[in-house]
Amino acid sequence: MVEALILPLVKIVIVLVAVLVTVMYIVLLERKVQAWVQVRLGPMRVGPHGILQPLADVLKLFVKEDITPARADKWVFTAAPIIVLVPALIAFAVIPFAGDLTLFGLTIPGRIADVNVGLLYVISVAGIGIYGIILGGWSSNSKWALLGSLRSSAQLISYEIAVTMTLVTVIMLAGTLSMVGIVQAQLAKGWWFGFMQPVAFFIYFVGALAETNRAPFDLPEAEQELVAGFHTEYSGMRFAFYFLAEYANMIVVSTVATTLFLGGWLAPFPNVSWLSFLGLVPGWAWFMLKTFGFLYAFLWVRATFPRYRYDQLMRLGWKWLIPLAILNVVVTGLLKVLV
Amino acid sequence: MVNAWVPILIFIAVGIAFGVVTLLFARLIVPQRYGRVKLEPYECGIEPTTDARDRYSIKYFLVAMLFLIFDVETIFLYPWAVIVDELAWFGFIEMVVFLFILVVGYFYAWREGALEWA
Repeated sequence: MVEALILPLVKIVIVLVAVLVTVMYIVLLERKVQAWVQVRLGPMRVGPHGILQPLADVLKLFVKEDITPARADKWVFTAAPIIVLVPALIAFAVIPFAGDLTLFGLTIPGRIADVNVGLLYVISVAGIGIYGIILGGWSSNSKWALLGSLRSSAQLISYEIAVTMTLVTVIMLAGTLSMVGIVQAQLAKGWWFGFMQPVAFFIYFVGALAETNRAPFDLPEAEQELVAGFHTEYSGMRFAFYFLAEYANMIVVSTVATTLFLGGWLAPFPNVSWLSFLGLVPGWAWFMLKTFGFLYAFLWVRATFPRYRYDQLMRLGWKWLIPLAILNVVVTGLLKVLV
Repeated sequence: MVNAWVPILIFIAVGIAFGVVTLLFARLIVPQRYGRVKLEPYECGIEPTTDARDRYSIKYFLVAMLFLIFDVETIFLYPWAVIVDELAWFGFIEMVVFLFILVVGYFYAWREGALEWA
């Protein structure tokens, strides 16, 4: 009973709270990083150096008037943000945050669930979120929202092919779809897959930027052309859900990248003797460190690159990334068979 | 193996409950002062005259169709990728043939201009 229900529930609550707090502070970090890049200070008023700013933002979103436009489809309009948010949260179910932990004599696996189709689960759950975007844009019955959602869904599905294709190489190296199995395979091989598959890692990173609607691929919400994209008509808590889902998705792709390409909870250089003190740092700390490195890269890219034009975006996805991913699969397969 | 999915089902339930409860709670505390103008869709201050659900570019439909084909074929590669070591040359040649057919279709779509976005 305790093993089957209570323990997962506790872990779920911990993960949920951790994700929500991380989202709150990633928003602040983003504003700070953007500000520093542009030689500004960023939020400074709420608390010392603005560290209480996220709390103020959450409070503000909670008490804002929540408008449902008169012409909108009421129920779809309300359901769409939930359809976007829930997949972004439940994707964390198969992410291995750490190896086995021992607490009060109990051995606790550092993950919520380990299913044998873990990677497939992440990909399919991520796909559900696109429905929320289409439904939200369509049910608003506003031209900006509809255009934004069409663009957004076309972009997401285009890059999904490249990402799904490029992950095939990781599975080939690991020989399993289980997320824990993939990390263990990296331990067994002695190489993180990011170094064995730099091309796949690159395609995944570009695809991850596009799939989370981040700059330089933030066309769905290109303020200068589309007002706000698919959530033009949203306000209050339902808007906050879209916002939350976007940042939660950023964390999802970062944790997946950490697991697949950067060795998950493993410490670097386990076989170099004078660096063995790195193994003293617990696994979950390594995991968080790698994930934050990834998240920081997202913010860095946003502050550095200008936005793509829509035809350039589609050309990059369809004519460069997909052929490159197919070629990578064939070459990896050939090397697998030859060596 | 069924047991491994129980925590995931719990997570889905908790996730949906989180969304619904938060929305209901927010609904109780937000101010509600609606007017006819406030409830109109935003069109830069101009009164909307037509329905938003108008005709849209056929390109989006094409992308959706191509996605359907390519994504299904990509998922087809996953089982092979898991047991690539056991199948060795047999599996590799099978997959090259499979990918070749996929690539022929891909270049056909390219030549027909399905990937152009003008």
